[in-house]
Amino acid sequence: MTAHLLTELTIFILAVFVGLEVISKVPTTLHTPLMSATNAIHGIVLVGAILVAGVANAPFNAIVGFVLVLLASLNVFGGYTVTERMLQMFRPKTPAAKAPGDNA
Amino acid sequence: MISTTGTDVANWVDVAYLITGILFILGLRYLSSPKTARLGNRISAVGMLIAVVATLTQGIVNWWVLGAALVVGAAIGIVSAQRVKMTAMPQMVAIFNGAGGGAAALVAAGELLKVYNAGTVPTYDISFTSVLSAVIGAVSFAGSIIAFLKLQEVMTGRPVTYPGQQIVNALLLLAILVCWGLVVANAPNALEYFWIALGCSFALGILFVLPIGGADMPVVISLLNSFTGLAAASTGFVLGNNVLIISGALVGASGTLLTVLMGKAMNRSVTNVLFGAFGAVTVSAGGGAAKQHNVRSVSADDVAAMVAYANEVIVVPGYGMAVAQAQHSIRELADQLEKRGVDVKYAIHPVAGRMPGHMNVLLAEANVPYTSLYDMDDINGEFERADVALVVGANDVTNPAAREDKTSPIYGMPILNVDKAHNVVVLKRSMNSGFAGIDNPLFDDPKTVMLFGDAKKSIDGVVAGVKAL
Repeated sequence: MTAHLLTELTIFILAVFVGLEVISKVPTTLHTPLMSATNAIHGIVLVGAILVAGVANAPFNAIVGFVLVLLASLNVFGGYTVTERMLQMFRPKTPAAKAPGDNA
Repeated sequence: MISTTGTDVANWVDVAYLITGILFILGLRYLSSPKTARLGNRISAVGMLIAVVATLTQGIVNWWVLGAALVVGAAIGIVSAQRVKMTAMPQMVAIFNGAGGGAAALVAAGELLKVYNAGTVPTYDISFTSVLSAVIGAVSFAGSIIAFLKLQEVMTGRPVTYPGQQIVNALLLLAILVCWGLVVANAPNALEYFWIALGCSFALGILFVLPIGGADMPVVISLLNSFTGLAAASTGFVLGNNVLIISGALVGASGTLLTVLMGKAMNRSVTNVLFGAFGAVTVSAGGGAAKQHNVRSVSADDVAAMVAYANEVIVVPGYGMAVAQAQHSIRELADQLEKRGVDVKYAIHPVAGRMPGHMNVLLAEANVPYTSLYDMDDINGEFERADVALVVGANDVTNPAAREDKTSPIYGMPILNVDKAHNVVVLKRSMNSGFAGIDNPLFDDPKTVMLFGDAKKSIDGVVAGVKAL
């Protein structure tokens, strides 16, 4: 194992702990948006896709490169759009809905 | 980071990646409240934009391929994300997840190919991590496709089992490990072993999701989410790219946490979910069809009278509500009841639906305020005070046998204490047993009444009844 890999492993493990800490604070009501939000985040593999398919000595032909970037792009754009769509539906109780119940 | 120029000056691209990592963490942090969650998603999206723009400055030449793929991918992603019905959200998440996993596998393959194409031998670090990301990515890709097909009901949602299933899976895993070793050891024709490992992983992804039933999908979707995260992190090791490592670790942690939560909510280990083929074997154990039920069937007007004169009604939604698209009718019923001064709450079991939090999203779409939705632990003490528990398309998560009957296949699973309410109304299509084929003694309880029929039509009938009172 190189020193470089060890540094990367350190970053990975610390990020896992940060992830567990942050995610454990997400309320269950938001678990579906959480899943699609993290889904969008792993779309970061788009960075890898660009680095592999876009450079001069690309190992793939144009078709495979196209498919690769397309998959990652689909992941990113779809993930963020669907998360946004879900989150805008979550509303607290509106005062208007509460008023008619006051005669209880 | 190690600078390529030999000096100790950080590359500005790496600074951009660091900012992206921070924005992702902040974005997830803001998901801790529905009030700030949208902001969080946008912060995360800005982080993504920064990383992608920074990457595009890195000696890119294939602009046409990149541009076309980005635009087409974005178009498909955005249009499908905007059109998808909320009931179909688990399938959508499975597709995006599979896309990410497939991309990660291809990135790893590409990096390894680059090394071989240059006529050089990969370092142990590169060969080890590239096989790892290819394997996890391919399993996630193939598994997500099967999960999608099951959720979309293109194929059966029931567990698909055959003799020697575990042996086949074990052999595939063994083949993957052997090929992995050969690639790392730089055996002759190492590249061929890499492709064999990739192919076996693809097959394993298909075969490991096949025997998992529809009701166990919340666990599978969470697990596949975690896999894709780990695959992305692993490509970060291959490319020496910290933002991939950090992001992948965050997603891996999230997916794992949700997987464990879902397993706990079913009182089953993750191994049991993956290898138990739950739902296929229990038909003999439950014997739902054989047992004679003595239930009271009532009309929608009877239910209307019960709920209209109640002080407190707790709605218990399950997957059946989603299937019948009854959430909007339920919201209308709640509106009518609240007008009459009835307190309406919603009790959500963690594994109700096909993915974590599925019911919450469906009810949010129907304009039910999230402040009326209660987790199992918060609502279970409340059932004793409720006049009516209205069970809409939920079955196993309300089954008192999980609490009392040690012979029941779901014994020990935490349930919603629906049977503690003064009256219970169960909306059901017919007397057929639930997904897992397990008998539910709640239906025989003297204070339970059954309202048979399509959930949406039944609720619409109750709404009309309440209005007429």
